[in-house]
Amino acid sequence: MKQDTALPDRVLDPAGDGIIRDRVVRTIYSHAEYIAARTVKPADTRRVDWDGKIDDILTSRWLGFPVMMALLGAVIWLTVAGANVPSELIASALFRVQDWLAGLFVRAGLPSWAEGFFVHGVYRTLAWVVSVMLPPMAIFFPLFTLLEDLGYLPRVAFNLDNFFKRAGAHGKQSLTMSMGFGCNAAGVIACRIIESPRERIIAILTNVFVPCNGRFPTLITLSSVFMGGMAATAYGVAAAAAAVAGMVLAGLWVTLVTSRVLSKTLLRGMPSSFTLELPPYRKPQVGRILVRSIMDRTVFVLGRAVTVAAPAGGIVWLLANIRVGEMSVIGLLAGTLEPFGRALGLDGHILTAFILGLPANEIVLPILIMSYLSTGSMASLDSLEALRVLLVEDHGWTWITALCTMLFSLLHFPCATTLLTIRQETKSLKWTLTAALIPLAAACLVCFTVAQAARALGLC
Amino acid sequence: MQEMPLSKLPLKKRGVVTSLSAEGMARRRLLDLGLVPGTAVEAVRRSPAGDPTAFSIRGAIIALRKEDADKITVSLH
Repeated sequence: MKQDTALPDRVLDPAGDGIIRDRVVRTIYSHAEYIAARTVKPADTRRVDWDGKIDDILTSRWLGFPVMMALLGAVIWLTVAGANVPSELIASALFRVQDWLAGLFVRAGLPSWAEGFFVHGVYRTLAWVVSVMLPPMAIFFPLFTLLEDLGYLPRVAFNLDNFFKRAGAHGKQSLTMSMGFGCNAAGVIACRIIESPRERIIAILTNVFVPCNGRFPTLITLSSVFMGGMAATAYGVAAAAAAVAGMVLAGLWVTLVTSRVLSKTLLRGMPSSFTLELPPYRKPQVGRILVRSIMDRTVFVLGRAVTVAAPAGGIVWLLANIRVGEMSVIGLLAGTLEPFGRALGLDGHILTAFILGLPANEIVLPILIMSYLSTGSMASLDSLEALRVLLVEDHGWTWITALCTMLFSLLHFPCATTLLTIRQETKSLKWTLTAALIPLAAACLVCFTVAQAARALGLC
Repeated sequence: MQEMPLSKLPLKKRGVVTSLSAEGMARRRLLDLGLVPGTAVEAVRRSPAGDPTAFSIRGAIIALRKEDADKITVSLH
C-alpha cells in the first residue's frame, strides 16, 4: 500500500521531531474550543443516557458475546432459510427463458455449437449465478446494513478486539469477516474501515477464510448429503448444521493463525495503530438502508460476478465439449490432476472443478457434477439422494472425500471477483498474488494432512 | 494531584491529559482525536474481553488499547 503521508510530514515536520506538528494540532484545538464555547450550547445533561444503558448490556461480560452470536446466527439463518424459495422461482423463470432462447437459435438456423456455447455455456452459467447469488445477497446485505446503521457493529469490534490483538490484527476485522459471509469481495472493500495499514492488509489477505454466500450452498449440500443423508431425520439436519458451523469455526481458527503468522513475517515492522469510535446509536433509516445495501452492495457484487461468470460459462462449455481423441478437455485435465487430487483426499475432477470455478464459487459444484456426468453442460441434480448416488456409488466418495472437499472449498484461493477487488483495493500485484497463494497453500496443507492422517489411521 | 498512565485511570473517573509519549502514526492519530495536553478524559467502559477501554474524549466515545493508553499521561484531580 502506498504511504500517503509523505508530503505533509516533510512540510509540517522538517526537523522530524514532531514539535511543529504538535503545536499545529494544539492550536487548532484551542481555537476550536474558543469558537465552540461562544457558539455551542451543551445539551441538557440530566437527560437519560440511553446509549450508556444499551452499551451496558451489549458490551457486558455476560451478555456481550451471547447477544453477538445470536445476532450473527439469526442473520445467517434468515439468509439461508429465506433465500430458498426466491432462488427456485428465479431459477425456474430463467431456465424457461433458456428453452425459449434455444428455440430461437434453432429457428434462426444457427449451428449447434453456437447454441451450445451461448445458451448452455454463457446463458446457463449466468442464470445459475444470478439465481443462486441474488436472493441471499438481497437478504444478507440489508440485514447487515441495518446492524451497521443502528450503530451496533463497532460494539462487536469493541468486544472482540482483544482476540484479534493477540493475532496481530484489528478488532474491526471481525466486521470485515462478517461482511465476508455475504461476499468476500464486499468484505475486502469493507477493509477500508481499518485505518492501520498493517492490520488492513491482514484483514484483506484472510477474508477468504470466511465462507461466502457462493460457498455456503456447497458446504450445506455436501454436509447434508454426508451427515444428513445417513438419517433423514431431525438428527441428520442437526448433524449437517453442526458440520457447517464446524467449518465456520475452522475458518475462524485459520484466520487467526494466518493473521498471527503474517504479522510476524511478511508484515513485520509495518506501522500500526488502533482507535475505535463507539458512535451514538441511531434510529435506522429504512429507505437509505435499502438503497445502500441493494444498489451499493448487492447490485455491485452481482454485476462483477456476472461479468466474470458469463465468459467463464462459455469457456467451461468449450472445455467440456472439445474432444481430444476420446476424451473431453475437462476429462483430460481431471486425469492429469488425479494423483495430486488423491494426495489431498480429493480426486482429479474435484480439483478441476475448483480451478475452473475460479470465476465464481457457486459454479464449482455444477462443474463437478457436469464433469462426473460428462453431459457437456452444467447440470443440477434435483434431489440430494441422486447426488449421493452419483458421488458415493458412481465415484467412490467416502466421508474423507466430502470433508476434504468442504475444507478445500473453505480455504482455497478467492474467486476472480475477489482477486480483482483486492487488486483494486491494494493497488499491488504482489498482495493480489499473496492473497491467492496463502489460501491455496493453507487448503493444500490442511487437506493433505487430513487425508494422510485418515489413511494412516485406516479410517478410509 | 496524582499522575498516571491513562490505562490505569479507574472506570468512571476523569483525568486531564498532561503529556503524550506515543510516536509516529500512533501519536498522530491520538492528537487527531483531540488528546492534546489539557484535555479532560473519562474512562467509560471496558470490553468484556478485558481490553480495549472506551474513553469519553471531547464528547465522543473512543476505544483505545492498553498499549496506546499507556503512552498517555493524565493527572487525576
